Amino acid sequence: MIIGRKLANFFRLSFSYIILIGLAVAAIYPALWILLSSFRPGKSLYSKTLIPEHFTLDHYKELFTSPVYMFGTWYANTLKIAVFSMLIGVVLTLLTSYALSRFRFKTRKTTMSVLLILGMFPGFMSMIAIYLLLNQFNLLDKHLALIIVYAAGAPLGGTLIAKGFLDTIPRSLDEAARIDGASNFGIFARIILPLSRPMITYMALTQFVGPWVDFIFAKLILRTKDNWTVAVGMWDMVNTMQNSNFTLFAAGAVLISVPIMILFAFLQRLLVDGLTAGASKG
Amino acid sequence: MQRHRSRAAILSTIFMGLGQIYNRQFIKGLIFIAVEAGALVYFIANLGRAFWGITSLGDTPSHLEKVKGITKMVPGDHSIVILIQSLITLMFFVLFLIAWFMNIRDAHKTGEERETGRPSNTFKQSVRYVLDYKFAQSFLLLPGIGILFFTIMPIIFMIMLAFTNFAAPDHIPPARLVDWVGFETFRNLLVLKSWSHTFYGVLTWTIVWAVLSTITTYFGGMLVALLINQKGIRFKGLWRLILIVPYAIPQMISLLLMRNLFNGQFGPINQYLGYFGLGGLPWLTDPFWAKVTVIMVNMWVGIPVSMLLIMGVLTTIPRDMYEAAEVDGATNYQKFRIVTLPMILFSTAPTLIMQFAGNINNFNAIYLLTQGNPVNGNYQYAGSTDLLVTWLYKLTLDQNKNNMASAIGIILFIIVAGFSLYNYRRTKSFKEEDMIQ
Repeated sequence: MIIGRKLANFFRLSFSYIILIGLAVAAIYPALWILLSSFRPGKSLYSKTLIPEHFTLDHYKELFTSPVYMFGTWYANTLKIAVFSMLIGVVLTLLTSYALSRFRFKTRKTTMSVLLILGMFPGFMSMIAIYLLLNQFNLLDKHLALIIVYAAGAPLGGTLIAKGFLDTIPRSLDEAARIDGASNFGIFARIILPLSRPMITYMALTQFVGPWVDFIFAKLILRTKDNWTVAVGMWDMVNTMQNSNFTLFAAGAVLISVPIMILFAFLQRLLVDGLTAGASKG
Repeated sequence: MQRHRSRAAILSTIFMGLGQIYNRQFIKGLIFIAVEAGALVYFIANLGRAFWGITSLGDTPSHLEKVKGITKMVPGDHSIVILIQSLITLMFFVLFLIAWFMNIRDAHKTGEERETGRPSNTFKQSVRYVLDYKFAQSFLLLPGIGILFFTIMPIIFMIMLAFTNFAAPDHIPPARLVDWVGFETFRNLLVLKSWSHTFYGVLTWTIVWAVLSTITTYFGGMLVALLINQKGIRFKGLWRLILIVPYAIPQMISLLLMRNLFNGQFGPINQYLGYFGLGGLPWLTDPFWAKVTVIMVNMWVGIPVSMLLIMGVLTTIPRDMYEAAEVDGATNYQKFRIVTLPMILFSTAPTLIMQFAGNINNFNAIYLLTQGNPVNGNYQYAGSTDLLVTWLYKLTLDQNKNNMASAIGIILFIIVAGFSLYNYRRTKSFKEEDMIQ
């Protein structure tokens, strides 16, 4: 009986390990492949072996020196846009979620439903309108335009999750502070902000990554090549040359992914919390 | 003794701020007066044109005209620019009306306070009052304005487009004008054979896609989470870290990468199949296989998210429920079916519905991978893997069939918003949020 159970256990575990190894290979393989491709001499997508025979950094060098690909400029553009829209976006999201979590006013539930519904609207449906609007204000092909639009859209995506988090901060803390004479601003700055650091990090991360990889909107607004973001540049690279310079694409892909992967690795814990906050608390 | 309140209200109705000045709130009054003065200048110049623009959408197209014997192109009305300008003006007008109404109400209220003998608030006190009691509203003002101009206004604009004939080749400004056509676009989409065939075809695939992609990633993620969470599995953190890798790669990159991996001619996948003596598959070029490919790739991208989510839920299931089950002699499978599965389903149901809604709108997964291709000859401007969203994107940006795209967008939006709203209104956070504390 006991031996039987041990045997069953052994088979169960071995079987699980086999599946896990298979899944792990499937998860890592494409990432590894693109990383190794970026070090491979030549330009072709085709290769005899996964691990290149020679390693080279030429593709990385080419990205930054070639007159055709202005990768350095694109990278700096993207960084600028992502950082500013993240900062403004986080502030706006915090304002809305704090107001919705802590204050009871007449149109509150309606506001929440409206936020949710508006967030469901397919983004590029409104692209033409935003395009014309930006045209009216002479903002086309400017980074400021992207920053404004990303930041203005941020509360739609993040407010309800952030509100769910703020709801879990005990209200008694606010009340105690109020008795001590703190104003609404004071409570926000001294109690809510420090306690919601995990949520702020989560929001900052998601709102940084959004502009970092968005290409639909960036493609529409940014017309001149030296104003492009990396996403637009990479898209263009794949679309115009198809497979003629794959290794260069691989190098670019690595440069875009690495910072984000590092962020993810550091903030793994928070991401899980953020996801589950969205789930169990709505 | 109703003199003050009605006098103040009437004065404020005549000109914003007068009532406040009558109530001796000079700073507030001056601010209101400045607002109305600015608004008057703006509206006198624009409001008439806005009403004309939104009803007529312009009446002179660009045309050739002989000026002093030389034929010249005379620029006419650009219907779409006129429409958006009118819309902006009308939105400012609505904002102004709200401000005006608030100004009257404020004058009335302050007047009432004076009648009861209370002194009216000084400017400082007013600011103080807003900060203490109208805090939420003033906090929401800034994000609200952003949302108004960059979300609501565009949506109104797009809805309006669906009722015009703004489409290539006959109604593209500035050469031609655009007119209101009522429900004709919707009728064409739903009834006219050439359009409706594509519409129902794409709609069916959109729903099939949303169901399959949601189920595969959700249960795939559950399976992985359970595998790692088993008793006796070692290096749990390491497995999780490895399996999370696809999530950390930006979607744009991983999808463009997959497009290369699955390339029928040069792609490594077909290369490997070749090593094993198997013929390659037309991954992205055959309608059926293209659909299989997008589902598979979406699993690769989506499983890590579900895995993280479900792992989070697993940690919250109380241990004693399993112990109780063990005492009753439950097998592993029974424990899963009776304890684990219901708990997971219960706490992830809202997320599941949201994922479903999100997948209906999953633009990236399709567009970056296949661009909706392979082309389908029977469809109007749509390929075999096109979802409603990618189809409407093509109709707008490649084909200039803007009215049709807007109509599709409205239908799409109604479907998705219906789901999400139903879902959200049932969650705890909405219904009984004060219970959490």
